[in-house]
Amino acid sequence: MTGESRSSKASLESLKGINKSAKLKFNQPEVPTRDGYGDALLALGAENKNIFVLCADLSESTRVLRFKERFPERFIEVGVAEQNLVTVGSGLAAMGKIPFVSSYAIFCPGRCWEQIRTTIGYNNRNVKIIGAHAGISVGPDGATHQALEDIALMRCMPNMIVIVPADYQETIKATKAIAKHDGPSYMRFARDKTHQFTTKHSPFSIGKAIVLKEGKDLAIMGCGPVLYDCLAAALALQKKGIDAMVINCHTVKPLDRQAIISAAKNCGAVLTVEEAQIIGGLGSAVAELLGEAMPVPLKRIGVRDHYGESGQPAELLSKFGFSKEHIVSAAEGLIARIGRNVPVIVDKISREQRSRIKTLSKGKERNIKRQSAIKIKKHISPHNKKIQKHLRKR
Amino acid sequence: MIQKISTVRELKLKANLLRQEVINMLAEAGSGHSAGALGMADIFAALYFNVLEHDPSAPEWKGRDRLVLSNGHICPIMYAAMAEAGYFKKEELMTLRKLGSRLQGHPHRESLPGLETTSGPLGCGISQASGMALALKRDGMPNKVFCLTSDGEHDEGNTWESVLFAAKYQLDNLIVILDRNYIQIDGNTEQIMPLDSVEKKYRAFNWNVMMIDGNDMEQVVTALRNARANTGRPLMIIANTVPGKGVSFMERNYLWHGKPPTAAEAKKALEELDDWRIKIVKGLA
Repeated sequence: MTGESRSSKASLESLKGINKSAKLKFNQPEVPTRDGYGDALLALGAENKNIFVLCADLSESTRVLRFKERFPERFIEVGVAEQNLVTVGSGLAAMGKIPFVSSYAIFCPGRCWEQIRTTIGYNNRNVKIIGAHAGISVGPDGATHQALEDIALMRCMPNMIVIVPADYQETIKATKAIAKHDGPSYMRFARDKTHQFTTKHSPFSIGKAIVLKEGKDLAIMGCGPVLYDCLAAALALQKKGIDAMVINCHTVKPLDRQAIISAAKNCGAVLTVEEAQIIGGLGSAVAELLGEAMPVPLKRIGVRDHYGESGQPAELLSKFGFSKEHIVSAAEGLIARIGRNVPVIVDKISREQRSRIKTLSKGKERNIKRQSAIKIKKHISPHNKKIQKHLRKR
Repeated sequence: MIQKISTVRELKLKANLLRQEVINMLAEAGSGHSAGALGMADIFAALYFNVLEHDPSAPEWKGRDRLVLSNGHICPIMYAAMAEAGYFKKEELMTLRKLGSRLQGHPHRESLPGLETTSGPLGCGISQASGMALALKRDGMPNKVFCLTSDGEHDEGNTWESVLFAAKYQLDNLIVILDRNYIQIDGNTEQIMPLDSVEKKYRAFNWNVMMIDGNDMEQVVTALRNARANTGRPLMIIANTVPGKGVSFMERNYLWHGKPPTAAEAKKALEELDDWRIKIVKGLA
């Protein structure tokens, strides 16, 4: 994606409460996250002779081409055969190799999920599964190639860790980190160029969420390149007098329970954002955790049980609700719910959905609306009361 | 190291013993797969007691050959061979498929030392074995990778992906043994999904191919020992076997693919196997 960025360029420098130890830097050039994978592999290949890269006929677009040229004896081309891709990977890992098996996320883990489960997950083999071209922002290729279910697929698998790096630099770090981690790992990338906001000096360790911006009114938790839009939304919210915390939950599994619970406790409301299916992703993971450990008003942004379609990445991100404006509006709606006995915000029903519902039965539409407006249980902690008071004053 | 058995007669006796163990295990478990396990007893006896380089007292020994069981459902015969070879005590065989057992209904590598992989879902053994063979070649290691597969799992796309792959990388240290018993759960393989001529198919895919009677110990041992000298291409040994071999009422009957004998059937089976054993001792079989 060039020119038009995922969100309008905001001068994020004016954002208050940036966590200094996150070592962020704004206004860097836009680079695809997958480039970080390719660059990290070159470094890893030189350092460790056990690093192997397996490819299923997508060497350029998954950015493993340079590894192939530099280390041909450790580059394995399996052709368009993703089931073989991961199972050969399992065999190599059995011999002490560290195979990175790369394809598009829709094909791997999409097509070869059971092979991954049996021969890598349950078999507990040290294979690194790489899903490129994940998310709606894959763009013109359309829904068949926009993997939205991959996080859910891999998150439910025992032994598997799941990482969604936010930008180019973080992808480099994540690639190196999973190479060191002895066990099955899944990492997903975006296709198009995205904002860089972390730096070489930014911290990264598996399972440790990073506070990008401190805040006290609500906590926005995201993973992947949408985190930039979360920061842009935080700036817009700041202008409205709302102080949002932004947390980079790059490791969807294992979730950083402590960081998430503590943010929920301190802010009293949580908004999750991810470029993935709403069912089973980061938002689900956070909802499961908070539902058991620290129930607070929660809103999840993701693709709502729907397939994508062709279009430019920016158009799709806007249509499917990932723009800064969507995040801001979701945050405002969420704040309104803190401690109040108000109805859940009814999700906007698209025109297609509406017509589909109508063809089913006219009466049903009313029922759906009524069900969506079920009242939530009154939840108010002393801390929430304080925030409400504070907000009312403003 | 394993004490190798070098005479065909003793290997036949070992196979007979393994068959008896399989009957006992399955009857005790009350579920499991009888036909394939019995049909492959001769090949397992030959592998564990003559052909494979392995050390039951050091399952992780780097110099060992790798044995990948792709059709994991015939694991009772593998467990019987492993126990007989000394990987674990024979009493443990009776825990098959029971809660807390290391002998899972389908083999799980992490629960039992000596297993090279976890398997059961069909079609992914040859590709794992190929990954192992490729790593050994890249490291210049002389060890062989043996993989046992079934005809039923040749319905799987993953199997053919791996057949293409092994030929591309000329994995001549990979020896695949196909249990060609012509049965799968729903019936005869040629009715469910025709596979003949599997020999021509493998030759066309640029593999070396050997055909043997998988229940003739002399042929089995000779073929498996010669296989070590295979060069240039991966080797497919098509072993024609009789499913349920050694138990008259199970032989060639697909209904025995996925069920165990009852106590009465087990008694009958053990009697037949004992008669066979006496014939082997007397040199009549």
